[in-house]
Amino acid sequence: MASKKVNNVYIKDAFSIAGPVEKRGSIQNYDLTMDDYYYKTKTFEQAEIKMQKVVVENLLQKNHLLHSDIDLLVAGDLSNQISVSSYAASTYNIPFLGVYSACASFVESLIVASEMMESKKKSNMLCVTSSHNLAAEKQFRFPIEYGAPKPNTTTFTATGAVASLLTKEPSKIKIESYTIGTIVDMGITDATHMGAVMAPAAAKVLISHLTELNRTVDYYDLILTGDLGCIGAKILGEYLKRNHGIRLKNHLDAGCELYLKSQEETYAGASGPVALPLYLFNKVLKQKKGKRILIIGTGSLHNLFFVNQKLSIPSIAHAVSLEVA
Amino acid sequence: MNKEEYQKLVEQYTPKEKKLKNAVIAFLVGGSIGFMGQVVVTIFQNSFGMEVTESYAWLCILIILISCFLTALGFFDNWVSKCKAGLFLPTTGFAHSVTSSALDYKKDGFITGLGANFFKLAGSVILYGMVSAFFLAVLGVIIYG
Repeated sequence: MASKKVNNVYIKDAFSIAGPVEKRGSIQNYDLTMDDYYYKTKTFEQAEIKMQKVVVENLLQKNHLLHSDIDLLVAGDLSNQISVSSYAASTYNIPFLGVYSACASFVESLIVASEMMESKKKSNMLCVTSSHNLAAEKQFRFPIEYGAPKPNTTTFTATGAVASLLTKEPSKIKIESYTIGTIVDMGITDATHMGAVMAPAAAKVLISHLTELNRTVDYYDLILTGDLGCIGAKILGEYLKRNHGIRLKNHLDAGCELYLKSQEETYAGASGPVALPLYLFNKVLKQKKGKRILIIGTGSLHNLFFVNQKLSIPSIAHAVSLEVA
Repeated sequence: MNKEEYQKLVEQYTPKEKKLKNAVIAFLVGGSIGFMGQVVVTIFQNSFGMEVTESYAWLCILIILISCFLTALGFFDNWVSKCKAGLFLPTTGFAHSVTSSALDYKKDGFITGLGANFFKLAGSVILYGMVSAFFLAVLGVIIYG
């Protein structure tokens, strides 16, 4: 069984920062926004570290907590060796676990933290994730100023960082259950079509979540996938219909929703681990889009060496069910 | 659903790239840059009294300078997305690729960053340019003696 119910773990609060393109997107009320990609640092990578630090410090301040009040920090990002998270965490003096499952990292961190928290009586934990468009472009794609033409299936790595505070004391958002996904490889080799890479993984985790917990899709008011993008979201719908006879009505994809259609530079939508929490905390939960929400983080686990060696791309998705009071 | 069936499903939902439109844009943009180059060469020859080979060398230098400058100021990448492959003419594209790599890695050290990554994209152009030049030269010797 990859699914498990969770007792008494709550998301008390969250704090987000969003980048310059996100600021012009579909959400206006981010806690903080950045005017440029450097964020008063020398490099994009250092900007991302600063973004993580800023969201953590602001979240702690907002909730009147000290570093010593936090039992565990679980963080992940897209940089090689998840160094952004490690460098940011090196300044906090909080026990640290780094996680990587590409853009599913945020959901993985929620699962890890809630599992660690279950056995405790009183606890505060932080789940942090970030991504930076230009740092990701530099690492995974072409030099930034090169501006290589891209196909329409490309997704645009979102810039932002989100820190969320998990506690044992009841709050409005309860982590009800989770499902750990399996790695799926459907033979897609195109790293510019990540929606197609990840859609089967999202379908698989959704099906095992529903079967193991004996639920149907209608149980949820909203199923929110991470960053399939607009094309990937359509593929997921069709894949579920053909393979499992399921019609997804209450489905939104954070990647597809994060930007406006007029923002052409974002192609098929947002990607990156931060896309899901940005949309979840700043739109879905603030606008109260439903009481039972299933979030599915989707990650394309590609590596440049293997992409160049023409191996197909494995993907993963994890699901967490939230109950909003 | 097996992998082949999934591949078909994906293709069905993948929007077609507008290849013809892109090609026409690239042709017009690339053509007009070539036209402007010819104008400049003619001016060099007529007004500055340059020899033919000399004027082409100066044009090359001028194009490299302009494209490096535009890349560094952040214009080139936006234009590439609009003008498609038209701006990737050998000289402009080459200059643009080394400048953009240099900008990306300048903070990672002059040797380990800038130096090591300068020809990240242009390396293939140099290598295969030289290889094909060699074979063409051999062919030329065989045919023309």
